[in-house]
Amino acid sequence: MSTSRIQNTFSRLQAAGRQALIPYITAGDPNPGATVGLMHALVQGGADIIELGVPFSDPMADGPVIQRASERALAHGVSLRQVIAMVAEFRQTNADTPVVLMGYANPLEAMGYEVFARTGVAAGIDGVLTVDLPPEEAPERVAILKQHGMDPIFLLAPTTPVSRMQAVAKLASGYVYYVSLKGVTGAANLDVASVASKLAELRQHISLPIGVGFGIRDAASAKAVASVADAIIIGSRIVQEVEQGEAGLAGRLTSFLSGVRAAMDTARA
Amino acid sequence: MAENKSTYNLPDQTGHFGQFGGVFVAETLIPALDELRIEYEKAMRDPDFLAEFHHELKHYVGRPSPLYHARRWSDALGGAQIYLKREDLNHTGAHKINNTIGQALLARRMGKKRVIAETGAGQHGVASATVAARYGLECVVYMGAEDVKRQAPNVFRMKLLGASVVGVESGSKTLKDAMNEAMRDWVTNVDSTYYIIGTCAGPHPYPQLVRDFQSVIGEECKAQCAEQIGCQPDAVVACVGGGSNAIGIFYPYIEVLGVRLIGVEAGGFGIETGKHAAPLTTDARPGVLHGQRVNLMQDENGQIIETHSISAGLDYPGVGPEHCYLNEIKRAEYVAINDDEALAAFHDLCHFEGIIPALESSHALAHAKKIAPTMGRDQILVVNLSGRGDKDIPTIARLSGIEL
Repeated sequence: MSTSRIQNTFSRLQAAGRQALIPYITAGDPNPGATVGLMHALVQGGADIIELGVPFSDPMADGPVIQRASERALAHGVSLRQVIAMVAEFRQTNADTPVVLMGYANPLEAMGYEVFARTGVAAGIDGVLTVDLPPEEAPERVAILKQHGMDPIFLLAPTTPVSRMQAVAKLASGYVYYVSLKGVTGAANLDVASVASKLAELRQHISLPIGVGFGIRDAASAKAVASVADAIIIGSRIVQEVEQGEAGLAGRLTSFLSGVRAAMDTARA
Repeated sequence: MAENKSTYNLPDQTGHFGQFGGVFVAETLIPALDELRIEYEKAMRDPDFLAEFHHELKHYVGRPSPLYHARRWSDALGGAQIYLKREDLNHTGAHKINNTIGQALLARRMGKKRVIAETGAGQHGVASATVAARYGLECVVYMGAEDVKRQAPNVFRMKLLGASVVGVESGSKTLKDAMNEAMRDWVTNVDSTYYIIGTCAGPHPYPQLVRDFQSVIGEECKAQCAEQIGCQPDAVVACVGGGSNAIGIFYPYIEVLGVRLIGVEAGGFGIETGKHAAPLTTDARPGVLHGQRVNLMQDENGQIIETHSISAGLDYPGVGPEHCYLNEIKRAEYVAINDDEALAAFHDLCHFEGIIPALESSHALAHAKKIAPTMGRDQILVVNLSGRGDKDIPTIARLSGIEL
């Protein structure tokens, strides 16, 4: 298989001694017409990879901010099919920035993994993170994704024991997503020291790049986490900007991310 | 069906009932589910644990619950003899307490000081608040904001018992949203907290352990039928939301093949209106929600559809994985009863037997009412009367245009 956009991105960053900045937005929030423009705004602000949320009626792992984003998108009837179409439109003018879908199992189950993987890769989707698909239930589904060249992104948590790190290492590709705290998205009790020690343990079992998310809200927390991780993921803080209204939104996202990007680039200087 | 005999041994090691069940949860919760599974397996082999569980069922809950011959109602219907398994006479007024005692004993064994629960009608919330008081545990109950309004007496009961009740404003503001919020609490407080799931649903091992704790209903029923009637029933009828009272009475009968097992879902305004909570009756496509793969009411994009039932306890878009399996292998049948049919059966039981049933249980009663006249007078129907109807009195009054 040829090298993926995700692999290329991490290779390029690692060669430059930098870490990936991965912002998250929910597709279709605040409305379906806005999403592609916001994705370009994120890239302009320094996004290396985009995580695009697939709205779901029952987002069990999300805090109130991303729950509301899902509700706003669903009010417009945004479906997985439409999310795939949004990525295809984004790809018309951006061939390089990897896009990873993030969401829950049921919309994928409803579409079917075969159809999702085929149409998703054709649209330019690089990976998919399914919050409620742990390694126990993943093998057959992951095999289909990989066959089509889509990276399955897995979560690791503070509660993950060594035996499970090994199980994830066998299935994952692209990168892995370390959930920095016990809780839902948007929680605010990030502890960088404990993240650092867990990451050291994870690296003994997993050779893929490790991104850290949940609880990163500003340049300072991004900089702190970037000093120990390969990528930082920011979701709720960005969705809060979206929630502020559409006026000047693209500019606000670009400017917020630029500040984070600048802080990260001084992290290991 | 004969080859089914003595071979039923589900779920499998990975928590699946055929294509149903499993563990579809975020990574953070998996180690907690593993810990629960291991501790549960140990507990079920521990004679002291089992002795304490049965002691509590006898002396705290008041088991065994009677098997009562509803003679006047049977005569009025003019067919099968209807017997009621009186779970409504349990402490707290429903079958839910059987499970919460079992799980609270597990929580104590695992050193957890805080328990959380989701509730629809409030019966499981009350049963959880009750055992939390009994064993000295902190208790938080999540309840859809819509249900908080529908079930005000139960909200007050939970508070009297010392629990905090959190009204959930997201989504459809009913049982499924309460379960989402309970999951969010659990993932945040996983070290200190035990999640008492109230029905035979959710990620493995919950469907199994809830079934096992509830199967005391069916075990007693079998013994009581043999002793009081001299035979086993022709059919056992139970309402199904998540399905815990039904699995409790069905499970000991799975390999007793002469006994029909009939689960009654909520038909709401009528299956044809789409406003119901009957995933099995309508052959809903399997999907993933709340940690399990089950038949699920969903749209073509995999979004969960809002359900409707007059009874908050049946207002759930899925159904436990073991019911999905029993439906698939045709060992159990599933039917739907509409709101108005359930209401009529509710009034029948008040009128003929002096028993006020829960609206949930009234669905099972209504199906018995439908099929009893088609059966012979020497045939036996057992209905699991899963709860009493005191909590529903405000709803019934409102529907009758009466202000209390």
